Amino acid sequence: MTPALLQRRSRFATPARALFCGMSLFVGTAFAKSPALSPTNMFDAAATPAHSIVGLSTLVLSVTLGIFLVVGGLLLYALIRYRHRPEDSTREPAQIYGSNQIELSWTVIPILIVVMLFLSTTRIILGTEAIPKPASALDVTVIGHQFWWEYRYPKLGIVTANELHIPISDPSKPTPTYLEMSSADVAHSFWVPRLAGKMDVIPNRLNTMWVDPPQPGLYLGQCAQYCGTQHAKMLLRVYADTPEQFAAWAAQQKQSAQQNLTNPVAAEGREVFLHSACINCHTVAGTIANGRFGPDLTHLASRDTIGAGPIKNTPENLRSWIDDPNIMKPGALMPSMHLNQHDLDVITAYLTTLQ
Amino acid sequence: MANANPVWEAIDETPTTRPRRLVLEVVHDWVTTVDHKKIGLMYIAYALIFLVIAGIEAMLIRIQLAVPNNHFVSPQVFNRLFTMHGTTMVFFVGMPILFGFGNYLVPLMIGARDMAFPRLNAFSFWISAFGGILLYFSYIGGSGLYGAGSAPDIGWFAYAPLTAKVFSPGHSTDYWTLAVFLSGIGSVGTALNIVTTTLCLRCKGMKLSRMPLLVWLYLVQGGLVFVAVGPLTAAQIMLLLDRYLGSHFFDTQAGGSAVLWMHFFWIFGHPEVYVLVLPAFAFVNEIVPVFSRKAIFGYPAMVAASVGIGFISLSVWAHHMFTVGLGAAGNTFFVFATMVISVPTGIKIFNWLATIWGGKIIFAVPMMFCVAFLFQFLIAGLTGIMLSAAPFDWQLSASYFVIAHFHYVLVGAILTALFGAFYYWYPKVTGRMMNETLGKWHFWLFIIGFHLTFDFMHIPGLLGMPRRIYTYEAGRGWDNLNLIVSIGGFVQAIGILIFVYNLIRSRTQGDIAGHDPWDAWTLEWAVPSPPPSYNFAVEPTVNSRRPLWDLKHPEDPDSDYE
Repeated sequence: MTPALLQRRSRFATPARALFCGMSLFVGTAFAKSPALSPTNMFDAAATPAHSIVGLSTLVLSVTLGIFLVVGGLLLYALIRYRHRPEDSTREPAQIYGSNQIELSWTVIPILIVVMLFLSTTRIILGTEAIPKPASALDVTVIGHQFWWEYRYPKLGIVTANELHIPISDPSKPTPTYLEMSSADVAHSFWVPRLAGKMDVIPNRLNTMWVDPPQPGLYLGQCAQYCGTQHAKMLLRVYADTPEQFAAWAAQQKQSAQQNLTNPVAAEGREVFLHSACINCHTVAGTIANGRFGPDLTHLASRDTIGAGPIKNTPENLRSWIDDPNIMKPGALMPSMHLNQHDLDVITAYLTTLQ
Repeated sequence: MANANPVWEAIDETPTTRPRRLVLEVVHDWVTTVDHKKIGLMYIAYALIFLVIAGIEAMLIRIQLAVPNNHFVSPQVFNRLFTMHGTTMVFFVGMPILFGFGNYLVPLMIGARDMAFPRLNAFSFWISAFGGILLYFSYIGGSGLYGAGSAPDIGWFAYAPLTAKVFSPGHSTDYWTLAVFLSGIGSVGTALNIVTTTLCLRCKGMKLSRMPLLVWLYLVQGGLVFVAVGPLTAAQIMLLLDRYLGSHFFDTQAGGSAVLWMHFFWIFGHPEVYVLVLPAFAFVNEIVPVFSRKAIFGYPAMVAASVGIGFISLSVWAHHMFTVGLGAAGNTFFVFATMVISVPTGIKIFNWLATIWGGKIIFAVPMMFCVAFLFQFLIAGLTGIMLSAAPFDWQLSASYFVIAHFHYVLVGAILTALFGAFYYWYPKVTGRMMNETLGKWHFWLFIIGFHLTFDFMHIPGLLGMPRRIYTYEAGRGWDNLNLIVSIGGFVQAIGILIFVYNLIRSRTQGDIAGHDPWDAWTLEWAVPSPPPSYNFAVEPTVNSRRPLWDLKHPEDPDSDYE
């Protein structure tokens, strides 16, 4: 699928680039593929859906820039050429009421441009939304929550949160990841600009999108549909792993939490955790904690961030988060449990063992 | 100028010196009036007050976003600010100010003495005004018995199911619903009035094909309001039923549909854009010819394009929903419909260009604003084409690029044209000219501020910045751009303050205007400034689209060519 699509894209892009070479250059330099510009630059595409959008947008930007230069130039010329000068006679200028030929020409030319743009756009829509799913695809279920992401890998039996791991996709042997998306509460939107355009995540509705980054790396994004108080800190982190890395990650994530803790502090923390209200909302596989309202914590310590992206996963941050999530993320739905200092210490120690 | 002047001779120009009145009498006069001119002015004054309030909200938003990780306001306050800013600007600034101009100008331009239904007119104004007050009363009453939230924080398009009782407890959402509902009733009333007035009260000789383009555009706008406001009102009622009587239209937990709300809202929401922008076209259609000293180029094409835009705008709503997952077929249809609307819009721009071509352009302040309108509307249209290409929109939708695009339309096109309209018709309304020097200060500050804000605002969207976030982290490439955007906002605000000062100062200190300060051609310039309450002492008779041109140039009247 991917090579054929890439070929189609390049066939479409070559004449367009030739036609609008100069303008493309201008647009190209304005948004050079510089990762230094921003880690979420839509023109710095890293997967097929994002690439095909860059191709289409280069065409659209070139055409609109051309229209702007022509119409804006004529307008500027007319404003300067036909301005009233003090030496002008007081006679009114010749009154011209219209011309059907001219009207016809500036109706037909825009129609032709519209048809051209429409066909180019349709090609990209069909190439992204109406292609069959390959058998080698990995399925991930994405569930939006106020204000975090739940990821389930039904074929692998993995449940995780906020940090999505996918395998890279070799263009010669594509293994794209298909995301089936829905929401547990209000509408959200999944937007990682370097991988693909956004797709809304809507309750009581199933949406699908796919990504296939060929290069390993971390791709950032965030929720793009206003979903309540902490919409701003509902970030997206997509880790594209090499096949070996991904296999290792998956093997680790399939395991239940360690039962026999050697560290006595962590073991005490485990008891406090399992006897507090934490387990109503959180799951730790292999224990009685099986809540579904908050993120699965079975492998919390293997993640780089907490709080759906904005906070580094260090023991200090974790402790402060458990103490009162509303300090670092006001409006987060996790309440402060009013734990004493000792309980905070031991629970933090326990959670850091959840590799 | 010709002496023979049948229309002017018909006018009773007896000076109307009245005894000083008590304040209470003046207030009573305004509250009970059914005069279209006074109602028009009340619409405009009420919209200007809300413009200042919503402008202050915008400034607070820009202070918060000027630097990353800012703590100027809390997320809760920020979410209320952008909800109130959007709702106020669309329903309680945009609609009333444009209805105000329509109310004032349409009867004068078609030679009528008032609107067709003067009492309905007054009712529409007061019900809309009540809606605005109700919206802001939520700051006091929104907590209700439940103690949650004050002003609504659901965004101006209030996507379900965030508006459900479980996600938005308290009464703030209800204030939003009822305020928008009431504003809708007022809008339908006024639209009904404008359409009926236009169709039934034109003076002798004013065939539809001789109507000023401004009146044509208000006719199309009125038709759009009929079609568009209905679904919005229905959706508000359904939302109220969901929240209070246990129905499940939008209740996704019970099998309702979140997408249903989006369809209802945008079936209103996209025509609404044209409800707002058509009057801006209307002002430009009147001002550009007068200051180019030429008749409008291609009048029939302009009328056809306006009516065409009216119809096509009813079939483009789902371009707000390209990211909803409508599927390839649905997306493709709405790409086509949306792209096609650029054709009649392009015709308008080309006809304005042709009107200027070969003229003698006078750069008075109204014309300066119209020139800025032409360039800015061109850019807004072109970014609109970018957004209409659905895959491009998958990246741009709900990002700051979209915010920049629609502010380019609302501020760069509509507000800019409105400023031109203020400078152009102020002499007719008050009898005095607005100050030209202050006007130029206003123009340059506003335009420079506008471009600082909204040109630069496109870029963070391309770099992945979504709308409606109360803060962002450093290192995304958004910091400097947001600072420039915020600075530009304050430059615009200074420009607008100068405008407000000019508006107040010129009322008493402006030069006396006389009937026809711009040497214009439509009927409103044939009556004294300000016009008497009955407008025309004798019903005028017109023979062409520019009756005053015919009077001024009896040797070469328009009627010979039309």
